[in-house]
Formats: sequence, structure tokens, C-alpha cells
Amino acid sequence: MKKAEAHIAKYPKGKQASAVMPLLDLAQTQHDGWIPEAAMEEIGRILDMPRIKVFEVATFYTMYNLQPKGEHHLQLCTTTPCWLSGSAEVVKACEKHLGIKMGETTADGLFSMSDVECLGACVNAPVIQHNGDDLYEDLTPKNVIEVLDGLKSGKKPKHGSQTGRTTSMGVKGATCLHELAEKAGVKKC
Amino acid sequence: MPKLTIDGMEVTVEPGTSIIQAAEQLGIEIPRFCYHDKLSVPANCRMCLVEVEKSPKPVASCAMPCADGMNVFTKSAIAQKARNGVMEMLLVNHPLDCPICDQAGECDLQDQAVAYGFDRSRYNEEKRAVKDKELGPLVKTVMTRCIQCTRCVRFGEEIAGVNELGVIGRGEHLEIGTYVEQMATSELSGNLIDVCPVGALTSKPYAFTARPWELRRTESIDVLDAVGSNIRIDARGGEVLRILPRLNEDVNEEWISDKTRFAVDGLKNQRLDMPYVRHHGKLQPATWQLAFDAIAENIKGKKIGAIVGDLADCESIIALKDLMKALGSLNLECRQDAAQFDTSQPAGYLFNTTIAGIEKADAILLVGTNPRTEAALVNARIRKTWLANRIKIGVIGPQMDLNYPVKHLGAGPETLEELLNGKGAFADVLSKAKNPMIILGAGALKRADGMAIQALARKVAEKYNMVRDGWNGFNMLHIAASRVGALALGFVEGTPETWSKVNALYLLGADEIPIDKIDAKAFVIYQGHHGDKAAARADVILPGAAYTEKNATYVNLEGRPQTARQAVFPPLDAREDWKILRALSEVLGKTLSYDTLAQVRERLVKENALFGAIGVVQPAKWTSFGKEGKCDKSPFVLPVNNFYMTDPITRASKTMAECTAAFVMSPKKKAVAHG
Ligand code: SF4
Ligand code: FES
Ligand code: FES
Repeated sequence: MKKAEAHIAKYPKGKQASAVMPLLDLAQTQHDGWIPEAAMEEIGRILDMPRIKVFEVATFYTMYNLQPKGEHHLQLCTTTPCWLSGSAEVVKACEKHLGIKMGETTADGLFSMSDVECLGACVNAPVIQHNGDDLYEDLTPKNVIEVLDGLKSGKKPKHGSQTGRTTSMGVKGATCLHELAEKAGVKKC
Repeated sequence: MPKLTIDGMEVTVEPGTSIIQAAEQLGIEIPRFCYHDKLSVPANCRMCLVEVEKSPKPVASCAMPCADGMNVFTKSAIAQKARNGVMEMLLVNHPLDCPICDQAGECDLQDQAVAYGFDRSRYNEEKRAVKDKELGPLVKTVMTRCIQCTRCVRFGEEIAGVNELGVIGRGEHLEIGTYVEQMATSELSGNLIDVCPVGALTSKPYAFTARPWELRRTESIDVLDAVGSNIRIDARGGEVLRILPRLNEDVNEEWISDKTRFAVDGLKNQRLDMPYVRHHGKLQPATWQLAFDAIAENIKGKKIGAIVGDLADCESIIALKDLMKALGSLNLECRQDAAQFDTSQPAGYLFNTTIAGIEKADAILLVGTNPRTEAALVNARIRKTWLANRIKIGVIGPQMDLNYPVKHLGAGPETLEELLNGKGAFADVLSKAKNPMIILGAGALKRADGMAIQALARKVAEKYNMVRDGWNGFNMLHIAASRVGALALGFVEGTPETWSKVNALYLLGADEIPIDKIDAKAFVIYQGHHGDKAAARADVILPGAAYTEKNATYVNLEGRPQTARQAVFPPLDAREDWKILRALSEVLGKTLSYDTLAQVRERLVKENALFGAIGVVQPAKWTSFGKEGKCDKSPFVLPVNNFYMTDPITRASKTMAECTAAFVMSPKKKAVAHG
């Protein structure tokens, strides 16, 4: 409650409803990574806003989980750039490998899949976010399986590009800027 | 004031007017889905795109305020093309199931698709489907048809005052939903059906009943409360199928209550369609002549009284009054609920502020009334005013569930007395208010000290400067549609209880009186349209017409006379009410002096000039009224417990019975679990 009050205090009086997002986040971190209905009702009460309004916000953002998720929560981006780079195949591969559909959790509680909107890493599309944090990038139907198996075995695979790219460097390695730099007389480093 | 050109026509508008409104002033219609002139503007459907000179992109005309020198084209190729695109997108996920959709024929999407739609679809992918929602017994949902205009959400928030609908999810998964699953618990929920531009929200009781082009429309007046909402009656053959609102900014704007809209099925059940006469203790069918003869024989030499019911029209009231006077009656009553108040001064029993006038108020005191159940549209106005100006509202009476915040001041008359003495926080509010008003309900008058309370309320009104030039904040809230008309015609003689002593009683649709109080030996004539409580006690029954079956005048609580029009004929032998009285008068040898409706109306005007100006409220002169006296300490008791059943028509309605079961019997806020 103290933390909640701290969030509410950031907003002018009468505009306390603005604190709905941090409060939802708080509820999620305090409750095993998901927000139960009772929490939304309570937030509505604290902020004096209709519960449907809390529900609207909670359902709009894919970062809020309204159901318990598996140990590994895979958030698969299916927005246009990822989709153009083959996210549909990646999704299919995951579904086949885990035996679940988008939005479901495996029986052993290890994996959950949900589709999300753009994760802001389109340069390395297609992209999966793991437990709301690390991104696995440059996925293909093949290397995504390796990632999944890695996660399953308990050894967390290295996040970032799965094709060995350094951050978002061009696929052919560092090229154009290099040449340009050389032309400009910069010494090779 | 900005001056702009739309389609080559110049127009000057108030600052802040949107392009769509300016176009309307010129009679140019711009297509729209999300924009609704009584709701806020979200600009999310994009159907209203127009071309504006020097603007690189088409502009949403509902949200764009007019600026000086703007040059707008609503029908140019660019506008047309933009709308074609919007329409194509809207139809991507629409099921196109018009043949099995109740909205077809009056669907905005259908109409505008004809104007802007493509004749075939380029969309070969899968359409999405959305699960239907359970909104209770009145509103049917087919959510796959929804185009996410959010009108329903805004209506709930802004007009009905129930935050139950919301926009859930996002993108492809966005849908209209309720918190988990919950019924729409508003007395205005039926308006969702009109507000929804497509067939996503339709009428459940009316489902698959008729197509709009089969219906005959009659513009009329509602009588199920005293507001006098303007309605349109849609009938096919001899049957009224549905009731819709008709715009009247002064009365109901464009809304009606669920009772007004959905009680129509009550017009078909329990009808009295032929005269009855009691023989050897049993009511038996008779002819009109036999029934009249029985009356003539049995009232001879008796002391006769008459009571006017809540649904009676002014034509029949005046006819009854003239007949009773001719028979020498001294017992006339129109207050079935035995409310006691001074009936001699119109200012004392009218809603003087007028319904539209509420919007100017800045403090409201509710005394013994729950406007939400007694006059849902008066309540909607109060809420509208609160929403716009956050006015202060105080309540004297029981605790109740209103859809705006109120300050509960007390339960009975002594709180009102305290207020008169300037005590309490609300006294401060009232004395600071510019336009304070008081609304006095039947809950405060339906008691022996009603007269004293009325006088007390008058003094409160005078003390807080509620009555002055240009503002009259004293109001009485009536529940019965017939009441103000009957008062205006002077249908009160004797005290409210004396009718229990007469030995012949004429009931004009009066079903809400305590029947057991009628003298056991009294001869009772019941004239009305439903076989409800009083008909069972009657010795002679004369079948009359319901409000959809006659041309009649009603005066609403503001004192506004309005005309109801006949949509269908009364069943079988039933007749228009004033004609029955006219025919009876001849048999009794006291022939009334009018033979046509026009003549009756002349008679009305002679009795009270207000009937000369239909549709207009004439401000009442402020005088002293009520009788000062001691008030009892007992708390006020509200007159209406069940909004859905208040009169013979609603009691005969299956839909209203379902509403009662769903909203009144079971705790209101209980969510229904579904799936
Ligand atoms: S249900 Fe009707 S009113 Fe509500 S958003 Fe959908 S189309 Fe609009
Ligand atoms: S589209 Fe997938 S990360 Fe932007
Ligand atoms: S009517 Fe303007 S955007 Fe919907």
C-alpha cells in the first residue's frame, strides 16, 4: 500500500486514476507474475475508478498477464516487420515443438506462449521476449527450437541475436560505415 | 465567429463548432458511425472524413473545429475515396449477415455501405468472430457485428451513468465487453439499441418480429410515467410491435426509459375487450346497452364518487367530470396514492423549473423522491447537469442508489425544518447557489401532513431565493401521466379518503387505490383497458382504449399538454374512453354537450387555457400554497419500489416481469457468470 501511495502521489489530486498502470504492474510483480481479478477490483477501489476501466487498461497492454503463466513466458511478436521476416513460421515451430497453441501453457507449466505487438526490436526481427525481459532475436523455425530446448534444460541460452549478429549490425557484418570511415581516413581499429 | 465554406456554401458558426455540425446546419449530411451529437467525440471510426483545402490529408470532420476561412469539400473525389477505404476496412471483419440481422433496413452500416462500399470483397483471409455478451433480458448482442464505434461505452458512461461496458483488448482482439460478465443495470439500457449504429446491440424482446419497412409509424406520447416522453409507435396490422423515442429537446431529448420502450407486450395481455355485468356475484359478458342499463338502474339515488387512474387522458377526465357534476357528485379524486397537497395553485404542483431548466440549476434538493425510479428522464437530466457542472445534490428521504453523488441530509420533515432555520452544511450550499431547486416527491406528500410539508417546502424555496424573476426552482415530481392534467381540470373534490364512504363509485382506470377500502356494498363501475386489480371488484366493466389506441391529450409534470395519437384500434368491443362516457351520459339522461373530438378539446380549453397551447409550458404564477402546520416526525417512504411495474400495462407485460426478476428481485449488482 505504501508503494501504491507513492505512485498515486506522483499525480495531481483528482487525477489519481493515472496511477492505474504502475499499480497494475505492482500487483503483477507481487502476485507471481499475473494479475488476478480481485487485484483489479481493489485497484479500482483505491483509485476510485470503475473496475471496467481498470480492466480496459489491463487488457490493452500485453505486458499485463491476467492468467498465471508458465515458468518461461514466451511473448512472440507478430506485428508487421516480424511477420514479414517470418514470425508466422517461428510461431508455428514453437506451437509444434511445445504442443500448445498461442495463448496456452504447457501441461508441465514450463512454457506459455502469447502474441504481442511490436517489441521495438524490428531490426532483428523476428523476435521473442522471454519473461518480459530478454529478447531472442533473428529467429528461424530451426534456431528457435534450440532456444526452447536450452530454456527447458535449465541453461538459459544467450539472449540477443541467434544468428551471431552483434546487436543490430548489418547481416554482412560491419561494412558500409567501415568503408566510409576508411575513405574518410579513419584508421582501422 | 469563424466563417467557412462547405461545398461552396458559406456559413458562420459559433466558435468550437465541428465541421460535421456546421455541415448539418447547411443541411449537408456527412456519414458517421462514432459521432453522436449527445455523446463525447472519440473520432475513432473515420467515416466522416472530408477534404479540407490546404490540408495534406483528409480530415475527420466530427473532431475538427471550424476555423475562419476553411474551405471544406464533403463530396469531392478525395473524400469519397477516403470513405471507400474506411468502409472496406470496416467490412473486413463484419459478418455481412444482414438477412438474419434485426437491424437490416435501419442500419447505418448497411445504408452507408450502399453509398461507399465496394461491390465485392478483396479480403480473402479469415474473419474474426467475437463472443456475444450477456446483457440481461432487454438487449441482445451479436458482437461479431460490432464495428467498435464505442457509442455504447460512451452512452453508459455519459448518459446512463453505469460504467459497465468497456473496450477490452487491443488491435485484432479489441472488443466491447463488460467487466467479466455482467448485465446492463440501467433503466435507460434500451437506448443502447438505438445508439448502436449496426446490429450488434438489438432488442431482445423484439428479436425477429418484423422488418422496419413493414411497420406503420405513429408519433405519440408515453404515459407510463409523468414525463410525457415523445415516442414513435411502430405497429403492423392491429398490433403495436415496438416503441422508439422521438426527439424532443425539452422533454426526453432522444432517450426513453426501458419501461416506456419494453412494456408494449403488456398491451396484448389481460385486455378487457367487451363489457361485463355482474350477475349473481359473477362477472358475465354483456352488450354495451346492457351494461349502460345496469349502471342507470344501480346508481339511481346513490351518492356517487369517481376516481381517475394514472393512465387516464384529459378528454375522458373532462367528460367524467362533466358527467359526475351532472349527477351531483361531490367526490372526485385523481390522487390514487392519497397524496395530500394543495391543488388550487398550479405553481404548487408543477415541475416549475421544467425538465430542460434543470440544466441551469447549480444545487438540487431532493425531498422524498427517487427520480431514478419515478421519472428516469428527469434523473438523466440531473445526471447530465451534474456531469457538466458537478453541482451539489442533497437528499432528504431514504438512502437510495442514484447514479451521481449525493449528500444524504436526513430522512424526514425535521431535516427540512432545520434547513429552513439555516442549519446544516447544505444550507450553506443552497444560500450560495445561484439557481437552486427543490424537487418534492410523492414520498413526502403521501401522508397525513402532506399539506404542511408542501408549505414547508415552499418556505424553504422562498428562503433560499429559489423563486424570482426568470427562475422558479420549486418542483413537484409526479409519477402518474394523468395527474397534472386531472389537477388542471380540477378533478378534486372532497378529501382523498372520502370515496371510501360513497355507495356508487366510478373508476376510470383506477387500479392503484386500496380496493379493500371500497365500501362492500358500493356499486362499482370500472372503465379501463386491463383486467387488473380493480376490474375484479367491479359490478360493471366498460372496456376502454389504451394510450396507443386513442387520440388523446396528456399533460406532463411540467404542465406541458401533449397529444397522443392512435396507432391501432382498441380490441373488439373496446372504445375510446371519452366516447364511452358520452354514450353513457345519454343513457343516464344527462347528455354531454360534445359529439366530436374537436368539441371535447374546445371544452378542455374552456376549462383551462393551458390546453390551448399544445406542447408549450406556461409558467405558473407564484402564490402562497400549502397549509402550514405541524409535521410528523416519521421518515419519508418512497412511492415506487419496482421501476418496472407501476400500472396495469406494465403489470401485464412479460418483459417487465423478466426485468423485475432480473434487476429487482435478485440483488442488482450481482454479476451473472457466463462461460
Ligand atoms: S456494440 Fe454497437 S455501439 Fe457498441 S461499439 Fe459496437 S457498433 Fe458501436
Ligand atoms: S515488429 Fe516485431 S519487434 Fe517490431
Ligand atoms: S464520425 Fe468522425 S471519426 Fe467517427
